[in-house]
Amino acid sequence: MEVVTTKIEVTANMPATKNEIAMQLKDVSVAFSGRTAVRDVTFDVEEKKVTSLIGPSGSGKTTLLRALNRLHDLTKGAVVEGQILLGDTDVYNDKLPTTLLRSRIGMVFQRPNPFPTMSIYDNVVSGLRFNGIKKKSLLDEAVESSLIAAALWDSVKGRLKNGGTTLSGGEQQRLCIARALAVEPEILLMDEPTSSLDPISTKAIEDLMGELKNRVTIVIVTHNMQQAARVSDNCAFLLMGDDRAGELIEFAETTKIFNNPSDSRTLDYIQGRFG
Amino acid sequence: MTNLLTQLPPDPIYDRRKQIQERAAATIKRRTFLSRTYIATLMGCFILALIPLGSVIYALINKGIAAISWTFLTALPTQPNLVQQDAIGGIGNAILGTIVIDLLAGLVAVPIGVLLGLYLSEATSRIANTLRAVTEIMTGLPSILLGVFAYEYVVLPMKQFSGLAGVVALGVLMVPVIAKSSEISFRGVPSTLREAGLALGARDSKIAKSVTLPVAAPGVITGVLLSLARAMGETAPILLVVGASGVWDFNPLHPMSALPLLTYNYSGSQYPSQRVAAWGVALALVTMILILSLTARIVSARMRREKR
Repeated sequence: MEVVTTKIEVTANMPATKNEIAMQLKDVSVAFSGRTAVRDVTFDVEEKKVTSLIGPSGSGKTTLLRALNRLHDLTKGAVVEGQILLGDTDVYNDKLPTTLLRSRIGMVFQRPNPFPTMSIYDNVVSGLRFNGIKKKSLLDEAVESSLIAAALWDSVKGRLKNGGTTLSGGEQQRLCIARALAVEPEILLMDEPTSSLDPISTKAIEDLMGELKNRVTIVIVTHNMQQAARVSDNCAFLLMGDDRAGELIEFAETTKIFNNPSDSRTLDYIQGRFG
Repeated sequence: MTNLLTQLPPDPIYDRRKQIQERAAATIKRRTFLSRTYIATLMGCFILALIPLGSVIYALINKGIAAISWTFLTALPTQPNLVQQDAIGGIGNAILGTIVIDLLAGLVAVPIGVLLGLYLSEATSRIANTLRAVTEIMTGLPSILLGVFAYEYVVLPMKQFSGLAGVVALGVLMVPVIAKSSEISFRGVPSTLREAGLALGARDSKIAKSVTLPVAAPGVITGVLLSLARAMGETAPILLVVGASGVWDFNPLHPMSALPLLTYNYSGSQYPSQRVAAWGVALALVTMILILSLTARIVSARMRREKR
């Protein structure tokens, strides 16, 4: 199995603190009705970088990701402990309404989920409208800018009034990315965004991520290790512990995780010995 | 093939496969026969079930069509007498009365029912669970009870029969039916769409209005139209509270005429001409209900197609 990617020379003296931190996780645990799904995860999400979460099924990657924008609030019996900071804002404890928090943290899901009754245009601006923005010029601007950023503008600019679900699967996912970008979030969470797509659409979205990180900090969950190696700057490896709760085994720069991991379990995983 | 295989050392899988295939071949005739018997039995049951339905519809059309004419559908009724025994007039005001009562009841019941359905589909509190149970029980209420209710609280205080009393009875009857069918449609909206809305920073009310409602609309509309169709044919409450009218008067505060009522009155009449006309009235009513039901199907099919 070919796993090792292009080696990037890392300057040993470069101070890691030089980069701005967009989001901090401190001892984050998530439990559902008393059963712990993820335990004590601590790492920093660097601004304008791609951070990937990898690990086998059941290691809690998606659970952790959904804790970041409080999507677990929907689930009865879900409890998040520890601290998650978005800039200086404590995601769980400050009196920030979840709606405002979520407009600062966008999300792209496993399967493309454009709103089926809305046109392409309406899909892109839906987040803005949800947040009370009605000014036509602002909406028009957002549509063009987000669709360009999602590499979809050229193919849909002539049919913005068509239904969002008339697009192909890969295009729908890019529409969902544009929809998330239109709100200009600080963070973009991506939950296995290419798992339901064909290889060509997958490549298009991977290429896109490289450009998007100039605009937004990305946290991506992926099952595909090559994808993590290709697109991410930093990488968190999670594994299910003995009590079936996910734990963070190692967090480091992606090149280190894939070339010289500190933990033998990380090495086993990236070499395909399990998971 | 057998020769070749006998030369090989015994293979347990081959033996088992051979056994299975032999057994399957030996019993195939019996199994085919059984299968055909089952299908024949089912067909028999199906035909048996169709006989009563078919005879009712046959009688309805056969006897009803004789009464139907342009005058019959558009004119006011007249009272036959011993001299003019065939002077039954028409049912125009009853047709319109039925439509007016049904639409007014719908006007009241649809918003309440749809919103209740939305609430039931989203809320999980104890109150919501209780309300859900109450709604379910209310769908099974005997309609005569609502007639008695409307009689007691609308007809008696107003001291006269009225279309309004019919509207109240039918409205109360429709609310739980609409709530139940809307709840099911709302629950059918994929949770991923709701999550997409939430992740964009939308409030629950915004998601309900901009995502859930439009996506569920075909199902909700179908449910509304079917409940209108059902209410149109309800006889018991109408019989009790709307009174009777022989004039063009659709003020809901006055007595009105309605098709189920007319069917009931005519079918027990002493004049043969009215007893024939009862079939015509019933045919008109069934046709209207059929039109509503078909519209429900067409509307939902078209809306579903457009969404793709």
